[in-house]
Amino acid sequence: MNTTAFTKISIVIFAALVLLPFQDFVYDLFMMKVFCFAIFAASVNLLLGYAGLLSFGHAAFFGAASYVTAHAMKEWGVTPELGLLIGVGCSTALGYVFGSLAIRRQGIYFAMITLALAQVIYFIATQAPFTNGEDGIQGVPRGEFLGLIDLGPSSNMYWFSLGVFLLAFLLVMRVVRSPFGQVLKSIRENEPRAISLGYNVDRYKLMAFTISAGLAGLGGGLKSLVLQLASLTDVYWQMSGEAVLMTILGGIGTLWGPIAGAAVIINLQNYLANLGGWSTIATGAIFVICVLAFRRGIVGEIAHRLKIQL
Amino acid sequence: MFELLGIAPQALVAQLLIGLINGSFYALLSLGLAVIFGLLNVINFTHGALYMLGAMFTWIGLTQFGGWIGMPEFEVPYLVALFVAPLIVGLFSIVIEKTMLKRLYHLDHLYGLLLTFGLALVIEGLFRHWYGALGNSYPVPDMLRGGLRIDKLFLPYYRLWVVGLALLACFATWYFIEKTKLGSLLRAGTENPRLLQALGVNVPLIITLTYGAGCALAAFAGVLAAPIYQVTANMGSELIIVVFAVVVIGGMGSIAGSIITGLSLGVIEGLTKVFYPEASSVSIFVIMIIVLLLKPAGLFGKVR
Amino acid sequence: MKKTLISQLVAGALLAVGSSASAQSISNDTVNIGVLTDLSGIYSAVEGPGGVVAAELAVEDFGGTVLGKKINLSSADTQSKADLSSSKAREMFERDNVDMIVGNVSTSSALAAMEVADQLKRVALVIGAASLPITNEKCNPYTVHWVYDTYALANGTGAAVVATGKKSWYFLTADYAFGHTLQRDASKVIEASGGEVLGSSAHPIKSNDFTSYLAQAQASGAQVIGLANAGGDTIGSIKQAAELGIVGSDQTIVPLLMFSSDIQALGLRETQGMNFTVGWYWDYNDANRAFAKRFMEKFDGKAPTSVQAGVYSATMNYLKAIEATKTDDADKIMEYLKANPIDDGLFKGQIRKDGKFEHDMYLLQVKTPAESKDKNDIASVVRVIPAAEATLPLSESTCKLVTGS
Repeated sequence: MNTTAFTKISIVIFAALVLLPFQDFVYDLFMMKVFCFAIFAASVNLLLGYAGLLSFGHAAFFGAASYVTAHAMKEWGVTPELGLLIGVGCSTALGYVFGSLAIRRQGIYFAMITLALAQVIYFIATQAPFTNGEDGIQGVPRGEFLGLIDLGPSSNMYWFSLGVFLLAFLLVMRVVRSPFGQVLKSIRENEPRAISLGYNVDRYKLMAFTISAGLAGLGGGLKSLVLQLASLTDVYWQMSGEAVLMTILGGIGTLWGPIAGAAVIINLQNYLANLGGWSTIATGAIFVICVLAFRRGIVGEIAHRLKIQL
Repeated sequence: MFELLGIAPQALVAQLLIGLINGSFYALLSLGLAVIFGLLNVINFTHGALYMLGAMFTWIGLTQFGGWIGMPEFEVPYLVALFVAPLIVGLFSIVIEKTMLKRLYHLDHLYGLLLTFGLALVIEGLFRHWYGALGNSYPVPDMLRGGLRIDKLFLPYYRLWVVGLALLACFATWYFIEKTKLGSLLRAGTENPRLLQALGVNVPLIITLTYGAGCALAAFAGVLAAPIYQVTANMGSELIIVVFAVVVIGGMGSIAGSIITGLSLGVIEGLTKVFYPEASSVSIFVIMIIVLLLKPAGLFGKVR
Repeated sequence: MKKTLISQLVAGALLAVGSSASAQSISNDTVNIGVLTDLSGIYSAVEGPGGVVAAELAVEDFGGTVLGKKINLSSADTQSKADLSSSKAREMFERDNVDMIVGNVSTSSALAAMEVADQLKRVALVIGAASLPITNEKCNPYTVHWVYDTYALANGTGAAVVATGKKSWYFLTADYAFGHTLQRDASKVIEASGGEVLGSSAHPIKSNDFTSYLAQAQASGAQVIGLANAGGDTIGSIKQAAELGIVGSDQTIVPLLMFSSDIQALGLRETQGMNFTVGWYWDYNDANRAFAKRFMEKFDGKAPTSVQAGVYSATMNYLKAIEATKTDDADKIMEYLKANPIDDGLFKGQIRKDGKFEHDMYLLQVKTPAESKDKNDIASVVRVIPAAEATLPLSESTCKLVTGS
């Protein structure tokens, strides 16, 4: 597999993204939203594509971090990178707890436990006073990066988000290409074999789950800064489903897949939003088509044709 | 003692009964899901949408169908809908199985789940587009109107009818699967489809028919639900994840387990609505977490 | 023109140079109005596509241009979700240079859009949303709340029912801010009129089974079962109340918030005789009927809801304000709107400094199936509630624009 092709392509894409605010075609708030969901989808991809674990409850991490970061920014007045850190810290801790409970079971039971735990988080979000229930936390200030750069203006916030996305991307790349990542893959391919080789499979799964939760939290925290809002939609189970869709559409097990999937889905939702129910129908149709005929996903398909790893 | 709980004994009985009624819906729906998972290893997310279709077709039969065939006054009677709607939905799902689901059996059952999830979205989206988000009202059939009045308690006849029919359907399904020859073929197919095929049994046909039957059960529940709940496009989507929780708690693939679990959870949820109503929608999930941690395959499930 | 870095810099430079000239002109040489509403979700029948049609009618009636500049109308779907509302509002204001957004059904969506409007200094006309905080504790200088609020509902329906002698109440409340606000406002009115609240059940929103709560309400023996919920929850509660034999018994169901679209979804058999409060009704006088007729021609024969009429009125009055002040600058428009009374044939009253449009409300009663002549003929006006009675007195307001804090 050709990794220098991957590096070249990645550099070109990142360069294009850096120059985005200077053109008229793509709206930068839209792209920032894509980054947030790309990070979220990347977290699902890490768990599903590399460790082979399907979680139905990742919205809990995305949403919890979103609320925590929003609260920290609004009530404690911290700087945005600190706000993100606090949010990620919370989602990671939550991920560790949930993971410990869910890992004990396999397959559909694992998925259902994650869903149930996420529903509990949803319930807590509707009841806890600091989340403001239906209204959500609104008017979240973007703050000043490192206390110096005001993230209020669109372009500054854009480059900050791009930076966070780059960080997430490198993190996933690092995890996947490390020995840890290799063990994960082996667990996904053949768990009994991995156990017989002496690996503590449960510990690896828990690590993967926790990292994935932290990553999802990064997406959530960033979202509350970009849209300046944290709401119940972020913790609702359909949000978990959307992340899975983005992962599959983009291509499970690829590095560029999540952002491709996120870009397409968000664009589609935006475009179809004014046509009433067509958004749901189109989303469902994409799911069906992907599963039946397009299992490699967009990036997966491209990678397959070009015979490189993306 | 009841006064300590803050509720009069009558009111408690009323709540238990209401819980039982909801429980019978859960039982009916989880039955279909459990049967499908048991045999096909498919997690049928479309179940909620099919339940909605059952209710929708019933309503359409009453109000729209007449207009389509040029006889605006024509109304499909409720009792007819009870048979026809599940039949239509059953046939529709057989088509789905033959054209789409079949291709995914050799893959991870994640894909079956995603396919059925996508289909559910499409079906719901279409019906929301055609019939609006607020939905429509289907009246309780005249012969079943009214109810028993015991002091301050009022038991609608229709609700009793629902419990009766649901239990009947559950029992019939259980009997068929556990006690008849055809049912034993089904169970054998779950254990070892290759061997069964080698013995000359048309296993793909059994699978297709089972899927159709399970989906028809969902639509049957939908017809029963139409006079009680507003017939809306998304009436199934909120319900489906709760039903999944019920199936998981009961133990996937256990028929008796799903029925008993469905009924009990309905009652527990009903009691939660009395003492801590805000938590009623999350109560079943909390129970699921506890059960799965203590009994991995569910209350009545067999570890596979 | 989309906001990119270079265009922002250029615009900033131009603004610095030409600031005095731009104060008396129309930004971007067009007047852009955005209808931000729920086009496909639970409140789409209340405002939704009908609201867009109403705005189109207003622009058409105004002549399509104001001060010689073209009027552009766009719309976006919030699905009654706060985060969609926030991002769509921002997109409209920043990317599409929209000057005013109208609609904003669902309180959480409205608050989100109001927040963005406040930040970017554009006008937000809230029509479909209900909660009092919009002009009370969460008020801002760029918002007008046009048609109704929870205070009006509580004082309209609540007071009217207590006046008929039904003094003991049990509430079925949707467990979120709107439901609790409505219950609180209604309870105040009930207790002030000598009534009593015997208890309440808070149910999760978007529940589908209310029989448990209704049974508790029955057991309480209250004369009235008040519904402090909306949309699908209200419809479900009423339907199941009918099933449980409550409708037609000596207990009355009173939905504190109900729209004609809800009644049509339920049917007159279940809802006949019910009282509800609205800010406008199509069959009240000739002017309303004339407007309704024109609306029905454009909207599939459906009569406009009070909210849809509100969208028409708000858009019309916004355009009139631009014409009068010769600019679309938000501060000048708000100043004009709050200084001049409104009388456009549909609504008559005054916009106060907290942004609340004070006008009469109407107590309606649902007709029996026999009385109703067609699908739109669902209610009759029983009482006109004077504006002063239906609006929170300024002396009790906690709005920062009133208290000065």
